[in-house]
Amino acid sequence: MAGPLKKEKAGVVDEGIDVGISRLSEAKIQSVINGVIESETGARLKTYVETCIHCGLCSEACHYYLSHDKDPHYSPVGKVKQTIWEMLRKKGRVSPEFIRRAAIIAHTECNLCKRCTQYCPFGIDITYLMSVVRRIIHKLGVTPLYIQDTAHSHSVTMNQMWVKGDEWPDTLQWQEEEARVEIPDLRIPMEKEGADIMYSVIAPEPKFQAQLIYQAAIIMQVAGVNWTMPASVGWDNSDMAMFTGDNEIMGRLKRSHFETAARLKVKKIVMGECGHAFRSVYDMGNRWLGWSMPPFTIVHAIEFYHDLIKEGRIKIAKKYRPPITLHDPCNVVRGGGLHEKARYVAHALCENVIEMHPNREHNYCCCAGGGVINTGPPFKMTRIEGNRVKAEQLFVAKTKGAEVLVAPCHNCHSGLHDIVHHYEIGLDIKFFGDIIYEVMEKPAQAGP
Amino acid sequence: MHTFYNVVSGPLAWIAFILFFGGSIYRIVRMLMLVAEKEKFIFTYMSWRYSLRSILHWIIPFATVSWRRQPVLTVITFAFHACLIATPLFLLSHVLLWDEAFAISWWTLPDAVADVMAIIVILGAIYFLARRLTQPDVKFITSASDFVILAIVAAPFVTGFLAYHQWLSYPLVMCLHVLAGDIMLAAIPFTRLSHMLFSPFTRAYMGSEFGKVRHARDW
Amino acid sequence: MVDSRSWDWDTSEKKIPLDSWKAEYQWVEEPYVSPDGEKIAAVVNVDEGEFTVCVNGRAWGETVFDKIWHLRFSPDGRLTALVSEMGEWTMAVNGKAWENKFGYIWEPRFNANGTSIAAAVQQDMQYAMVLNGQPWKQTYANMTFFALSPDGRHTAGAVQVESVDSGEIHKFQEGSFTAALDGKPWDARFVNVWNLAISPEGGHLAAEVRLNLYDYTIAVDGVPWDAHYATVWEPVFNPISGTVVAPVREKGMWGLAENGNILWDRRFFQLWHQMFSPDGSRLAAIVAPSYGRWTVAVDGVPWSATFTKLVTDAVFSPDGQRIAALAKDAETFRVVVDGSPWSGTWDMAWKPVFSPDGKDVAAKVEKKGQYTYAVNDRVWSTSCDAAWDPIFSPEGTHLMLRTIEAGSYVRRIVPVSEIAA
Repeated sequence: MAGPLKKEKAGVVDEGIDVGISRLSEAKIQSVINGVIESETGARLKTYVETCIHCGLCSEACHYYLSHDKDPHYSPVGKVKQTIWEMLRKKGRVSPEFIRRAAIIAHTECNLCKRCTQYCPFGIDITYLMSVVRRIIHKLGVTPLYIQDTAHSHSVTMNQMWVKGDEWPDTLQWQEEEARVEIPDLRIPMEKEGADIMYSVIAPEPKFQAQLIYQAAIIMQVAGVNWTMPASVGWDNSDMAMFTGDNEIMGRLKRSHFETAARLKVKKIVMGECGHAFRSVYDMGNRWLGWSMPPFTIVHAIEFYHDLIKEGRIKIAKKYRPPITLHDPCNVVRGGGLHEKARYVAHALCENVIEMHPNREHNYCCCAGGGVINTGPPFKMTRIEGNRVKAEQLFVAKTKGAEVLVAPCHNCHSGLHDIVHHYEIGLDIKFFGDIIYEVMEKPAQAGP
Repeated sequence: MHTFYNVVSGPLAWIAFILFFGGSIYRIVRMLMLVAEKEKFIFTYMSWRYSLRSILHWIIPFATVSWRRQPVLTVITFAFHACLIATPLFLLSHVLLWDEAFAISWWTLPDAVADVMAIIVILGAIYFLARRLTQPDVKFITSASDFVILAIVAAPFVTGFLAYHQWLSYPLVMCLHVLAGDIMLAAIPFTRLSHMLFSPFTRAYMGSEFGKVRHARDW
Repeated sequence: MVDSRSWDWDTSEKKIPLDSWKAEYQWVEEPYVSPDGEKIAAVVNVDEGEFTVCVNGRAWGETVFDKIWHLRFSPDGRLTALVSEMGEWTMAVNGKAWENKFGYIWEPRFNANGTSIAAAVQQDMQYAMVLNGQPWKQTYANMTFFALSPDGRHTAGAVQVESVDSGEIHKFQEGSFTAALDGKPWDARFVNVWNLAISPEGGHLAAEVRLNLYDYTIAVDGVPWDAHYATVWEPVFNPISGTVVAPVREKGMWGLAENGNILWDRRFFQLWHQMFSPDGSRLAAIVAPSYGRWTVAVDGVPWSATFTKLVTDAVFSPDGQRIAALAKDAETFRVVVDGSPWSGTWDMAWKPVFSPDGKDVAAKVEKKGQYTYAVNDRVWSTSCDAAWDPIFSPEGTHLMLRTIEAGSYVRRIVPVSEIAA
């Protein structure tokens, strides 16, 4: 028995889902579901489903569940029941309406944050189960419009934001020029073969947040890093195809990224403050391509800043005054163990760091990750209402005196912005890079 | 009644043990073969150190955040599972049967202690039943099979308890007790009671992924 | 290939001091060296917003540019860079800008003997390829992947021919891309077109295409292969027969297909960078024979030695009998020749170079920021601050080593026997 389906909120219209559903037949659904399960899954799916004892211990791990007053539809296992269990039980004989609901659950009511895996006594990887559902949704052509459009952008341009081939190097040169007002001999060295590191970012940086590239360039220059950025495709480390279950495009993007690093003869890839990109480069995309671990050491910005500060390559002129609180992004903390390094950086930069709770690996997700924010405006409220618990957590940090929220991840940043705004919490949100840029020692300002 | 007893404690018991051991080995081997066939990459990430680190945290009460968040459940589930395994293994009358049949024996529990432990299992089963019926998130995901496996597990203890106290018709209860034991043993590899077999593997895999790749705690 | 017989193979050492450059200019960017080793050049800053290129200590012509980047010597020794003047971009060759100017120019490339220079250009938000200064007549709303033919006479690009607005996912899925050869597009429309290859004689164009969200294949001259795959990688033309070979993925494993038919019996966890020997008789590729293990497969048979992190820069010897590649385990690189890894381990290594007779192999290598050369697994005694790829003399008896040592550029001619055993 599937249990009563929760009523959809009126007015959620998504052309990607709706048009996709209108083209489905039950026969097609059945063949796609069984095809994916038969040819693409194995012992994991089978063992996870057969081992789950239906205890519900994962429920309390989920911010959607907690934010919806413990509505069982939002518990991790509840979402599994409403999707993959039914597909398996009915051997794929489910209705288009069921698929519609499954698409919404898998794409907008789960951030693939893996917190539930930490609460399951058996370590059942519910994120993996949801990813199988997303793969089925992809194969059925029912992926939400905005994230599907992003996957299309990836497929055409190898970046997330339809940034064209010329726009990327042009933007770097523009930022280089801007930054030369501050440091006259500053360079953003493009295509410098044999540099120590390749610095890669996500496409929203050149598209909307070019100042982040500017700040990174200043940090690199001051720290004396031998770095480069590619002028070809492969510069973008983001990967929404990973979240739409379009594994073939995910692999193509990661190949492009790694082979660009190989071509530039760098030793490491340093990436900006982005979580999902880290997951795609460090954990997911490399595996699809056959690399058990990435071919290049991947250094997330948190670790990079940690090393620069620890080695004294950047010095703090005057610590940041406003009290900060630190958000632990899932993909680099639960997925990369960078929580202590993040704290080292936070304490090195700021006078007052106020911990929010729970924290480190147990922190609540921002509710934007896992591609959820990339499903766009139709599901904005799903995200915000689905994370009231984060608002409460932030509010406690605020009452303890925090004025600034540091979120070293792009998706977290944007998602938390919506939450802070909607719940009127009143916290400024910053990247570590913003604060480093502000407090670091820089060569004497070049006067105009 | 004698014949019935002879059947359940003779051929049926043999079948139950064969199904339990044979079935368990079969299920685990099949799973590993399936991994080798379709998800061989999993072996790449397995680590003894992180597997054991993870398993150890999860088999110690309150050693994980998840357990600490659910103190009542944690106490009950650990007591339930410990008694569930220890009582039949160390019950004097069970060991005597082994001794009679195969001339092997081992340390046994005092009967009074075993009686309390059986009660713990029964109370645990009642708790789980109540939890399934009342806690919304658990109720939502509960299916008929959940009640069936709970009944399969509770039955040997309920009948054993009745038999020990010689309530109701002893011969009948005794027969039912042996039958219930047979059913439970045979059911373990072929129902979701197989979490007994698979959970060390799923735990070890996730422990390895978290420890070796993600450098994070999975507890 | 470039004829190196006219180069100076007799002078054992030539030096160009570089220290004075730094005094003369605001800053000096990383240097580049000509294939014949006679010139060293770097982009230099003259004053605020004024750049030139310093070649052997002298400025590059009269013109000072607003911006200069992507300084490279062509294989035939011309010095090229992308330059900007008054907000317009073009290519400058030996200090002289092409007459045609563009809104932007990027990803320049040369053919093997350096006769041609091609690049992608944008003008008024329309895109095209430019070949030796002449842009295509046709322009496109977007162009993503580029190619220059081996003979240098043809260029190609993946181009968008139907306008699709952001968010029109279903229209996009009907296909808005195709490939264009010398500006002329195919009739067929595809969801995506990637990684183009032009046939050796220049008449044919192959590309990876995506037919819908799920089916991929190779299209040659606009006609897709009959067989469809879960995905495909870059096509390559057989230099002799003209057939097209590409890696294809089926049932989660990779194989190699020729004109739509599976070529090798064996399947791999990964297979890419397939390459023909110069005579077209042998075919090799970089493969993962098992998960997380990398090596080279030659005619379908992988080397027994495998590596965990990366195998890259594979190359056939000129006679096609031998293959060298780079392999990475943990953080160290090694040169591997015919399946046997050299003993030397390096922080970085560059594409191995075969002698003309294929007997000797040399590679530029680096450890802890110091560069040197390894030849047949023996290491040159000198360590340098910078180095460029080794070049064998036409007879294969000598190596030209181009390095920077103690603030000077040094061009050396060294007998191969001095390094190799």
